[in-house]
Amino acid sequence: MDLSSINPILLLASLMVAATPLLLAAVGELVVEKAGVLNLGVEGMMITGAICGFAIAVNTGNPLLGVLAAAAGGAVLSLLFALLTQVALANQVASGLGLTLFGLGLSALIGQGYQGIRPPSFPRLNIPGLSDMPVLGRILFSHDLMVYLGLTIVAGVWFMLKYTRAGLILRAVGENHEAAHALGYKVVRIRMMAILFGGACAGMGGAYISLIRVPQWTEGMTAGIGWIALALVVFASWKPWRVLLGAYLFGGVTVIQLNLQAAGVAIPVEYLAMSPYLITILVLVIMSADKSSAPASLGRIFHASR
Amino acid sequence: MLKLEKRPQPSKAWVWLAPVVAVIATMIAGGALFALLGKDPLVAIRTIFWDPLFSEFAFFYRPQLLVKGAPLVLIAIGLSLGFRAGIWNIGAEGQYIVGALCGAGVGLAFYPMEGWFIFPLMVMAGALGGWAWAMIPAVLKVKFGTNEILVSLMLVYVAEQLLASMALGLMKNPEGFGFPGSRNLQQYPSAHNAELIAGSGMHWGVVAAMVAVIFAYVLMTRHILGFHIRLTGEAPRAARFAGVNPARLILVCLGMAGALAGMAGMFEVSGPAGRVSIDFNVGYGFTAIIVAFLGRLHPLGILLAGLLMALTYIGGEIAQSRLGLPAAAIQMFQGMLLFFLLAVDVMTNYRLRLTWREVA
Repeated sequence: MDLSSINPILLLASLMVAATPLLLAAVGELVVEKAGVLNLGVEGMMITGAICGFAIAVNTGNPLLGVLAAAAGGAVLSLLFALLTQVALANQVASGLGLTLFGLGLSALIGQGYQGIRPPSFPRLNIPGLSDMPVLGRILFSHDLMVYLGLTIVAGVWFMLKYTRAGLILRAVGENHEAAHALGYKVVRIRMMAILFGGACAGMGGAYISLIRVPQWTEGMTAGIGWIALALVVFASWKPWRVLLGAYLFGGVTVIQLNLQAAGVAIPVEYLAMSPYLITILVLVIMSADKSSAPASLGRIFHASR
Repeated sequence: MLKLEKRPQPSKAWVWLAPVVAVIATMIAGGALFALLGKDPLVAIRTIFWDPLFSEFAFFYRPQLLVKGAPLVLIAIGLSLGFRAGIWNIGAEGQYIVGALCGAGVGLAFYPMEGWFIFPLMVMAGALGGWAWAMIPAVLKVKFGTNEILVSLMLVYVAEQLLASMALGLMKNPEGFGFPGSRNLQQYPSAHNAELIAGSGMHWGVVAAMVAVIFAYVLMTRHILGFHIRLTGEAPRAARFAGVNPARLILVCLGMAGALAGMAGMFEVSGPAGRVSIDFNVGYGFTAIIVAFLGRLHPLGILLAGLLMALTYIGGEIAQSRLGLPAAAIQMFQGMLLFFLLAVDVMTNYRLRLTWREVA
């Protein structure tokens, strides 16, 4: 075992990379849940985004087009969920599960023939001056565009929810859909848009894994990150900035765990690989004491009878 | 303009019609999917649904129906109890794995001793293992109010790592030339979950599944606990006034689901699978969720749905080898079934009304 082989600067830099898919998926789901919808299909939308992005990036040679395709793929899949839960008024838990099962199958089907290919590499951002700073430059300012896109989306969601009229309406729909309906807001339409946004975010998060983080395509490669993203929203008490904090926390656990594996710590690999999931459970237990911040209409079916 | 209108009472006809419509819709959509993949849709559908039962090689496939259906039914019965009460255990796959590990562990510990008591001990260990794994989300839910959906799902990934660690370490076959995987339990008579009637596919897991169906039927229709489960699911407030103890219900529902899933895993590892290997689990725990819904959370429905789902597994394998249909297409097909079911289900609680847009 040689812990000195772990470079703290690289560790922090890779933490930001490891956290990004989680961040994207979780902030999307946060918006969905703020609108009062519980979409358990994050894992399915992520993996679909992962393969859509991968396939388009490989075929066009342009990773940015890949990311766009991933967002579109995730959104199209989430549209299925939206139709089921908002139009056909199906149970959200069951529909979300179905979405995950379906997405895993769909991605495996599309992904045939893409195994073992390297995608075109993503351009790294290089800001003159900032990127050359001694320690901070490596940690903060020399990542790919997607890392900053994730941060921008978090900031945007925070601003929208807190300071804009649209955010207020979204929250109203999530807190009390009957009242929002009585005020004349289109509950179903607003929720549909939120679900599509969540799907696009999850898709991009998936593409980040297949295009940048791994970068490769293997079946089921998201390995539960979508589910951790769901847990993260609970951890964050439905607050965007805490999603950021949580994503970095989990990213950190993943990175440290991988580094420990590489350093050859005396703990078997399998037990180290369990740690992100176990820590998620632990965090859920700690955070579940406070349920007050959950949107009041979360998971409830809305049917406009009048 | 079409408008949904809530029915005063769920339609009895649609409760049973919905799965049938969903299956037909899935066949049509699945056929379109197979056509997109360049296969003749009619041949593909016939290969999946007809050939395993009635083709000239059906004698070979029919036993598989029981082998594949038993774990699905066993797990789905357990899940349905919780789903009825609004308790969402979606980590049956993890409970299945841990049950298999515990059962196989007991069997391997006795190797090479022979004795009639070994197999029953393994069954108990499997049930206990699954139960204990399900108790983690149950106790956390009762004590801290933690979301059981996420915890039980996280534990699937933990269980998969545990399985890998066991297959590569503690339970590895000492005479296996360093290959991963345990001793083959099929070659250890006392621990082997053998066919009860040769060539029928009938093993102890099938018997357990039948017993579970009957047990669940009696529980749900004749026992106060079943009444409490249904009451909690349909009217939580009324259940509280009626003195139903929600904590007890959570522990019982998750516990039973875990024990049944654990038993299913144990029967699988000691019978059809034979040994503990990294990838011996094939996702029955997740497919069982579809089975539970397709069977309308009703024991008899689950029995039929389990057999149907087993058919898609077998037919899928045939289509894979004969038509070159990718395995993922079958997985997607099964996912589609759940979608269509959920979509058609709207007709159970609502009816479509043709209305003219009125002035608000």
